[in-house]
Amino acid sequence: MHNQKEKALIFEISQPGRVGYSLPDLDVPEVDVAALLPKHLLRETPAELPEVSELQLMRHYTELSNRNHGVDSGFYPLGSCTMKYNPKINEDVARYPGFSSIHPYQPDETVQGALEVMYNLQQDLAEITGMDAVSLQPAAGAAGEFTGLMMIRAYHESRGEKRTKVIVPNSAHGTNPASANVAGLETVTIPSDERGLVDIEALRAAVGPDTAGLMLTNPNTLGLFEEDIVEMARIVHEAGGLLYYDGANANAILGIARPGDMGFDVVHLNLHKTFTGPHGGGGPGAGPVGVKASLLPFLPAPIVTKDEDGRFRLDYDKPHSIGRVKAYYGNFGILLRAYTYIRTMGAEGLLEVSQNAVLNANYLMRRLAGAYELPYDRVCKHEFVLSGIRQKKQGVRTLDIAKRLLDFGYHPPTIYFPLIVEECLMIEPTETETKETLDEFAEVMLRIARECEETPEVVQEAPHTTVVKRLDEATAARKPILRYMPER
Amino acid sequence: MKFRYLPQTDQDKRAMLEALGVDSIEALFSDIPREVRLNRKLNISKALSEPELTAYMKKLASKNVNFDTHVCFLGAGVYQHYVPSVVNHVISRSEFYTAYTPYQPEISQGELQAIFEFQTMVCELTGMEVANSSMYDGPTAMAEAAMMAAGHTGKKRMIVSRAVHPEARQILQTYAYGQNVEVVEVGYTAEGTTDLAQLEAELTDQTGGVIVQYPNFFGSIEDLAAIERLAHASGALLIVMANPVSLGVLEAPGKLGADIVVGDMQPFGIHASYGGPHCGYFATTTKLMRKMPGRIVGQTKDEEGKRGFVLTLQAREQHIRREKATSNICSNQALNALAAAVALSALGKQGVQQMAMMNLQKAHYAKQTIAGKDGLDVVFTAPIFNEFVVKLPKPVAEVNAALLQAGIIGGYDLGRSYPELAGHMLIAVTELRTKAEIDALAQELEAIAHA
Repeated sequence: MHNQKEKALIFEISQPGRVGYSLPDLDVPEVDVAALLPKHLLRETPAELPEVSELQLMRHYTELSNRNHGVDSGFYPLGSCTMKYNPKINEDVARYPGFSSIHPYQPDETVQGALEVMYNLQQDLAEITGMDAVSLQPAAGAAGEFTGLMMIRAYHESRGEKRTKVIVPNSAHGTNPASANVAGLETVTIPSDERGLVDIEALRAAVGPDTAGLMLTNPNTLGLFEEDIVEMARIVHEAGGLLYYDGANANAILGIARPGDMGFDVVHLNLHKTFTGPHGGGGPGAGPVGVKASLLPFLPAPIVTKDEDGRFRLDYDKPHSIGRVKAYYGNFGILLRAYTYIRTMGAEGLLEVSQNAVLNANYLMRRLAGAYELPYDRVCKHEFVLSGIRQKKQGVRTLDIAKRLLDFGYHPPTIYFPLIVEECLMIEPTETETKETLDEFAEVMLRIARECEETPEVVQEAPHTTVVKRLDEATAARKPILRYMPER
Repeated sequence: MKFRYLPQTDQDKRAMLEALGVDSIEALFSDIPREVRLNRKLNISKALSEPELTAYMKKLASKNVNFDTHVCFLGAGVYQHYVPSVVNHVISRSEFYTAYTPYQPEISQGELQAIFEFQTMVCELTGMEVANSSMYDGPTAMAEAAMMAAGHTGKKRMIVSRAVHPEARQILQTYAYGQNVEVVEVGYTAEGTTDLAQLEAELTDQTGGVIVQYPNFFGSIEDLAAIERLAHASGALLIVMANPVSLGVLEAPGKLGADIVVGDMQPFGIHASYGGPHCGYFATTTKLMRKMPGRIVGQTKDEEGKRGFVLTLQAREQHIRREKATSNICSNQALNALAAAVALSALGKQGVQQMAMMNLQKAHYAKQTIAGKDGLDVVFTAPIFNEFVVKLPKPVAEVNAALLQAGIIGGYDLGRSYPELAGHMLIAVTELRTKAEIDALAQELEAIAHA
């Protein structure tokens, strides 16, 4: 059981004179610092950092970890985030000194093993997505979107065309329009139809000579496959635009269908989602970008290439590149984990990943469809959305349902997204969960639905068992306290 | 083949399909048009069993020269420092690394509090009032800072010193092109610091920000106070990219009037990992806090008055502002921010100062020793922290190849990014380098110079 007391900050357990480190004695002749640095550059007041012993430190962070829910703690069906199991071998591999203790500016011939991993990963991701080349540089999905859109922009500019509009469905992730904005492009939002898919007539009406491209997540954020994709690609291409594939939901299509074959020109993958990252409490992630041959000249440099003699090297020769989007070569440690995962699963395994992810999602959707509104009653892919509108009529909001799930040891689904579904619950079970886990979760969800009818206050007042109750977010934003201030 | 991450047995699948009223998994993919189906096996690397894969990855790792096999004097933005053992033990707790962004604060208090403490440590080191939960890395944080300054001031002209990390400047160019911001570069002097006369000449009342690095890419320490006067006199914001270790001994940029301080926490508890993932930090003033990109953790109270932490000021962010957002950042580097916070807690108030002082002393010893060798020249005259530039009589690549034979990873070849500095090597000396290693480097360099 969790400690119900208020948890001290590490600054509050600090005592002057305690240490948690050990450094060797200085073995070079010590020079008076005044001879090394002019007085005005010398720090006057030391940073007030904690002073704790090693055991105090470990207890502090162990207690903090006990106040945190991860995939290893329990079911985590957070839609669009693909909270699948994070393999332990990945963590071991990333810690091998031959990978963790190498410098990005070492000569290529001294890092052949690292370059081989990156080269193989580039090849495998290109094959998985049906693209011609991959850059591993972007640090995350949003960085991948920015990279892809900048390449689309460069492509049009290279042809002497000024195309400024990016078409984004209203079900899209918030990063899509934000990425368009920071890439200097304008967003045109188009609606979804009653199927939950892009309104094809709205798309037809939206394209024109100013269309730079279409950004699409497929399956979309409702968990539905955009089945008109071939026609959509034709419409966008005929208007002179390009298609961007947001890979946030790629976990549904591995080995089944490839963005490249659907007509997409550029794609990003979230390695921390589909390829077992892990998520790290918010990152680091990795967002490699794949392109068709038409966009090849614009990729960020460097790319890893393999010479005829089998040596790997970093190729910086990209005169038409959009430039650099991240220092060095991307989040190598995450790339390593993704490659280790691919080598664990292989083609057969990745296919089974997507099959089971879709099976799990459909099974759970059917188990819950009676008790909760299912706004789009059709086959889903790796995730699905429910609406809490029935419960809302009973005075219980989706937020309350999410909080009630905390009492049962679950991380709630994504809520209030996508924006087009009222009181939305977006559920992604992933392929790594057992049928038993899905059944237990379904039973709890059905129980909560009954509670909404019979004892709504139990849900409205949830959570009841967590280390803190609901937190006052409004005051946090109105009177921000963003750091600890000692009572001096 | 059986897969250990996939738990569904044939019996499970049959039961689930039966519940769904379909006879095969294939039926669940009927909405994907036939013409876009792959209908063949992916042609990717073959699957290996766990023991086979471990052996294979170890073999690949062993092909890399690394800090265990060689003595490293390479820095240029990424450094080999002391990583206390506790760091790996804390970040290996899977409650931390298998969680995502703390959207549900009641079951994420651990992560949220750790980030709140991290934000406090960033403020303490930099002398700034507020900090966010981290950025992808130092260089992208710098580019984001420039875009924030352009947005806040409405002045779409940024001045950046050529003594700023070349890759950071490249990223800045990419971001600036996206948001239609002009970037002007100013040069450096024979001292190895930003040319203040040129900076003053380029500053106009339409300049939104001035960006410098502290210590700069050459290891020289910029006169921040003088730069601050110039920047603020023309109404530009001062953006400083600072090496956080140096702030154990150097005056905090916040004290010297910086408006935004960014950098990379890699030197504190984060392995070099061939360049990533590292951990950008981002700090600014209370006045600019609502313009800051990225996730921010704030302190609040729960319904019973108990202290707790939440993600806050979210009205700035992409998921709320969508096409009006000025930054698209969504994830952060939370696990590496945790690593940095653990390292900073272990080192603490004393350790951070001691470590910084060791860097300063050892780098100066190395600089003196190398400068005393025939044929090797230390070219810049400004004070340094833990890096300095040496002019070699031979191409740097050649020298580094010879150093490798002697078990040494040599310094950065400045000719890669500064044509005028071909033949110049940037050498980094951290607290981990011993006197014997430094002496060996100096001797090898001298021998190679005369060979």
